[in-house]
Amino acid sequence: MSITPSIVNHVARLARLELSPEERERLVHELAAILDHLAKLNELSTTGVEPTSHVIPMTNVFRDDTVGRSLPREAVLEGAPERDGEFFKVPPIIETEPEP
Amino acid sequence: MSERTTAIAYEVVIGLEIHVQLLTDSKMFCECATAFGAPPNTQTCPVCLGLPGALPVINRKAVELGLRTAVALGCRVHGTSQFHRKNYYYPDLPKNYQITQYEYKIHPPLGTKGSLELTADTSPRRIGIRRVHLEEDTGKLVHVEQHGQILHSLIDFNRSGVPLMEVVTEPDLRSPEQARLFLGRLRSLLQAIGVSSGRMEEGSLRCDANVSLRRPGAELGIRTEVKNMNSLRSVERALAFEAQRQEQLLDRGQPVGQETRHWDERRGVTFSSRTKEEAQDYRYFPEPDLVPIAVGKQWIDEVRASLPELPDARRQRYASAYRLSPYDAGLVTSSMPLAIFFEATVGHYPQAKTVANWLAGDVAAYLNAEGLEIEETALTPNHLAELLRLVDAGTISIRTAKEILPEMLRTGASAEQLVADRGLAQISDTAAVGSVIDRIIAEHPGPASDFHGGKTQALTFLVGQVMKKTRGRANPELVNRLLREKLQS
Repeated sequence: MSITPSIVNHVARLARLELSPEERERLVHELAAILDHLAKLNELSTTGVEPTSHVIPMTNVFRDDTVGRSLPREAVLEGAPERDGEFFKVPPIIETEPEP
Repeated sequence: MSERTTAIAYEVVIGLEIHVQLLTDSKMFCECATAFGAPPNTQTCPVCLGLPGALPVINRKAVELGLRTAVALGCRVHGTSQFHRKNYYYPDLPKNYQITQYEYKIHPPLGTKGSLELTADTSPRRIGIRRVHLEEDTGKLVHVEQHGQILHSLIDFNRSGVPLMEVVTEPDLRSPEQARLFLGRLRSLLQAIGVSSGRMEEGSLRCDANVSLRRPGAELGIRTEVKNMNSLRSVERALAFEAQRQEQLLDRGQPVGQETRHWDERRGVTFSSRTKEEAQDYRYFPEPDLVPIAVGKQWIDEVRASLPELPDARRQRYASAYRLSPYDAGLVTSSMPLAIFFEATVGHYPQAKTVANWLAGDVAAYLNAEGLEIEETALTPNHLAELLRLVDAGTISIRTAKEILPEMLRTGASAEQLVADRGLAQISDTAAVGSVIDRIIAEHPGPASDFHGGKTQALTFLVGQVMKKTRGRANPELVNRLLREKLQS
């Protein structure tokens, strides 16, 4: 499978990764090699085989609708990189431009 | 429905996506409370904060509420359904994915292919329900702005993981008014079956809409998605604006861009806003931490048996039992609280048709104008019944009743109290009215003799003078009768 630099850019943006030109160039080849390797699976005949989402045949694992204890707010906010009083504080959300 | 001239040229095609907060005590996948209005970040835990290693467990009640909805909407309920991860980055989504139900052939959402009947005063229409699925809500963002620029954003994760149900319609709605009526009817149904509080202002019920225009019979046009409509009225207003905007573009030969637009309630316009990711970039895959939901026939039968009388059935019952017109029956059953209010009022005042007329008329007009629901007003069934009895007894005229109703709705005052406090009681006492008439005849000898001379319009003048003198409170029939008697004697 051929991977273009623009595919690498796109995937990197979805994963919020910043790549240097060297990394991008390397990933074009590495991703292509990985996909080629996985493409071997296509050689298997899977006609009539249901896709597997879970390996354990189990359904309906539920809990009752009861309220338990939540974490104390101080403990919750302690893990935040930044806080403002009772809230988590995050940088302004920059809307990304659509890709060309 | 007002038809604009251009409505002949284009047909409006609308589909709705409605997010419904389910009436559970705890969240979708953890034991945190769902209570509205709690102090920020006090209802969170490792699961709904997306901390590493935390594992979700499905709330059975949320599944049951989803099933109630699917069954009530006549959906096909699937034997097994599955949760998926929808991957995207946004600060209100702590895991960087939302657990939701995607529509794959091999594991469909909870229910598909239902419908709900819409009664406008025209012929009834069935609006298709494409699917009903379960998911979790995100946290709530507050943007801190200065000079129109966002400095930073604050997050409250109390809402993160609150059970949501999404109901998606087919693009079967043909006007902004139909969209509003449909949403009202769906809300009424969800309240009736105990699934949702239906409070749009609290965000318990949120509606997005896909809108496009086409020539009648043609292929669907390019659609825009309209978000941020927070009341039934804003749904109608936003869609009317958006349809008109698209129409103007098409009339100028310009294409409609496929985009997400936000409704600005204050300015009364929709504006373009960038979308987060395209659907193909959400990289949906089955949620490995949650095993499938299996719904057997027995479970569906139990749900069906536990459903109360649904609005459609209630509307038909009212129409036949109380002999209401289809419009009145549709209106008084358009929300569960209104239907309860109607029945309670009829309990105090058995003339159901009169009650329905008042609810569908002056009360509905007030609610529409104020953007309120009946349960948000101070009016009680007892007070409305009292008002109608005062009219029947001739104590007040219908006009006076209509005048004091808004105050009753606003303040919860009783009709009798208002009438007494303001001296609004109609004067039906023959002696009292007679003495006013005597004075008027004495003051206006001209018209009185004109009447004797055969000019009947003189009577109208004299009646007017009596009404003026009594500040409109004299019983008009009595005034007419007594005046004639006195003038002819």
